[in-house]
Amino acid sequence: MSVGIVSYGAYVPKYRIKIDEIARVWGDDAEILKSGLMVYEKSVPAVDEDAATIAVEAARSAISRSCIDAQRIGAVYTGSESHPYAVKPTSTIVAEAVGATPVLTAADFEFACKAGTAAVQACMGLVSSKMVDLGLAIGSDVAQGAPGDALEYTAAAGGVAYLIGNKESELVAVIEDTYSFTTDTPDFWRREGMPYPEHGGRFTGEPGYFKHVTNAAKGLMEKMDTKPADYDFAVFHQPNGKFPTRAASMLGFSKEQIKPGLVVPRLGNTYSGSCMMGIAATLDQAKPGDRIFATAFGSGAGGDAFSIRVTDRIDEIRDKAAKVEELLADPVYIDYSKYARHKGKIKVA
Amino acid sequence: MRDVAIIGIKNTSFGEQWDRSFRDLVVEAGVGAVDDAGVVGEKIDSMFVGNMSGGQFVEQEHIGALIADYSGLAKDIHVPSTRVEAACASGGLALRQGIYAVASGIDDIVIAAGAEKMTDVPSAKASSALAAAADREWEGIMGATFPGLYAMIAKMHMHKYGTTSEQLASVAVKNHHNGQHNPIAQYKTPITVESVLRSIMVADPLHIFDCSPITDGASAVVLAPADIAHEFTDTPIYVKATAQASDTIALHDRRDITTLDASVVAGRRAYEMAKMGPEDIQLVEVHDCFTIAEICAIEDLGFAKKGEGGIMTQNEETAIGGKIPVNTSGGLKSCGHPVGATGVKQAIEIVEQLRGEAGKRQVDGAEIGMTHNVGGSGATAVVHIFSRNR
Amino acid sequence: MIIMSVPRFWRKQVARYNLVGTHCKKCDEYFYPPRNMCPACRREGEIEDYKFSGKGEVVTYTVIHTAAEGFENQTPYVLGIIKLEEGPSLTSQIISEPETVKIGMKVKPVFRKLGQDGEQGMIYYGTKFIPDKC
Repeated sequence: MSVGIVSYGAYVPKYRIKIDEIARVWGDDAEILKSGLMVYEKSVPAVDEDAATIAVEAARSAISRSCIDAQRIGAVYTGSESHPYAVKPTSTIVAEAVGATPVLTAADFEFACKAGTAAVQACMGLVSSKMVDLGLAIGSDVAQGAPGDALEYTAAAGGVAYLIGNKESELVAVIEDTYSFTTDTPDFWRREGMPYPEHGGRFTGEPGYFKHVTNAAKGLMEKMDTKPADYDFAVFHQPNGKFPTRAASMLGFSKEQIKPGLVVPRLGNTYSGSCMMGIAATLDQAKPGDRIFATAFGSGAGGDAFSIRVTDRIDEIRDKAAKVEELLADPVYIDYSKYARHKGKIKVA
Repeated sequence: MRDVAIIGIKNTSFGEQWDRSFRDLVVEAGVGAVDDAGVVGEKIDSMFVGNMSGGQFVEQEHIGALIADYSGLAKDIHVPSTRVEAACASGGLALRQGIYAVASGIDDIVIAAGAEKMTDVPSAKASSALAAAADREWEGIMGATFPGLYAMIAKMHMHKYGTTSEQLASVAVKNHHNGQHNPIAQYKTPITVESVLRSIMVADPLHIFDCSPITDGASAVVLAPADIAHEFTDTPIYVKATAQASDTIALHDRRDITTLDASVVAGRRAYEMAKMGPEDIQLVEVHDCFTIAEICAIEDLGFAKKGEGGIMTQNEETAIGGKIPVNTSGGLKSCGHPVGATGVKQAIEIVEQLRGEAGKRQVDGAEIGMTHNVGGSGATAVVHIFSRNR
Repeated sequence: MIIMSVPRFWRKQVARYNLVGTHCKKCDEYFYPPRNMCPACRREGEIEDYKFSGKGEVVTYTVIHTAAEGFENQTPYVLGIIKLEEGPSLTSQIISEPETVKIGMKVKPVFRKLGQDGEQGMIYYGTKFIPDKC
């Protein structure tokens, strides 16, 4: 039995702030930052958007893209590190707002930037065991970076939803296999009740991102006996433009393979949505038969690798919802003061 | 059904009255009206009090009994006292209930009053309380404010009929001009079209000077059967019509956003009852909670053709000395708008005019006048016609 | 800032999230906000739930600068009356730059935060509208 993606949907708020504008406020050198991070602007939520509204918009896009009856959804899992409530699920809000209630299971996931792909894996298990007909796995974040912190240059807002199913005829992409590599590595965290995350600076690189991404990716290729050349495209978690580019080259993937999925320069890091957004952008362009290799990373830390094969059905549904490129087009640029207001950094009575 | 007359009147000052409480205001108005009529407490058969939101403004319900108590009408003589509520039309409705009581023959001497104490809460809370006159579940929760609802009426009126911001402003200018001669008015300062347009925007296209203020105040009248009215006063003013109509609570459910059907229907019912038409009315107090509301009102009551209320105002046809003087008191805009009191205050203005006691605001030879009191964005309208002659 | 108590909001939550209103089978009128009694047919009406498409147009609007209590962080915001394609009209916010909003403009629904009960209370979600470019 094949398991895979029945539909997908992405959502990006329309506001952007440029790296130059953030650098202006903190007196940093924007040119050095831009070339170092390979990020030029990042998305910003509206005052009335949060991880739940973004998850709903992404989920609705996925459902309408393939005209799925939402009552078939048996599981809703939303991965985020900015769930609006500490206790009370985002996933119930999503389930109600897409019309999937009440016969379903739902829960929220958290694993830094790979909570969304963890949700995909959980849904794969549920549909392959036939416990549910369809699973809805979402990665959605309004990422937090403390004012003046390096994270502020990249922490963005966006979300992606995948409908995971097991009926061969419905799949737009088969997930051929998945493989995870997980250790306890405290490279990034946010304590209960704290507004902004802390991170280990350069410790997040080698022992965090690169170790887990490369081990997960190599593990999957070994397990499947595949090599980078077997894939048309590759996507890696993109906290900035540099890390996924370097990880690709360490593993033997080319710049051309990662190009369609490298959305971070114009979007920023959507955390739980990051790798999933890259996969969505790649599906927007892929042809039937193409193979996509993807590896998500979550601090804490772990990597989730996926081998994906696109089916003929992609051509039928691709144009029925907004593509990532359309979501990135025509942004509204705002200055730091509006950004601060949108992000709730200015408190109003 | 008996004919009814107003035999006594009293307004408190309207404005921010920091040193006076809700009950202070009502007692002053009530006692003043009774004094004006020359009646004694033992003769009072019943009281009706218009009050929109004692619960939200002063956290006090059971307003009827409270007022009877502090007026000395509760202990010993136990005068029945009833609170009447229809948002900003509460006062007009209290008057109407009082008229019913006398007309029915059950009561002879009846007090109809209205009162609101709005400044005991911060203005944001007062605005929130007023917004309860709209549909809290389907308008308020979306961020609707009262100026916002009337702004949407104004936007539509401008779109449909070409009404301008200057025409809206001319309502405020006229009403401030009238209000400067009204001793009870909250604002006695004349303003110009330019100053209205320069004032801050509250809800586009309404500026702050397009809006009536938050006001403390109370008003009361004494009603009696027409047959015995002359026992109390030389100039009883007769009630020729009392009419009321309802419409949808939410603005979005109206047949036409720019027409308050409740005003149209209440007006028509009043004209029928009085066997009169708009041409018989010599002056009118309309519910100008916002400048656009006065424009809609004069259209809906038949004084202007639909869509021409703005230009008519700009041409000074509604000024004192114009074709149909509107809001000689200064209206809600300049005189102030203590919501529960407004409907009664409007009647008092007409009584003063018909008695010939309006001073510099006097409309020469006025014998027939009308009042128009609206609740919410137009879900309730109350119209009365009064005459000097029975 | 309490916008509405939790049970009062929750009771009509599905209507707010998904534009579920009602329809009278007898006279074929559609209602949003939902009505349990058809105002035309009254006791003879036959009311059923109906999910609106959400497509509509702007009947009228305003740009609110002095916010309602609890909406202070959103100013200036556009409030409008939207006529849905099935017939009924509702009041909602239009998410767009104020100068771009026009009477007659086509709109479609989006899922947004309506407000929240302070830092500790419930977050209220519901439907607002954005320009529908197609």
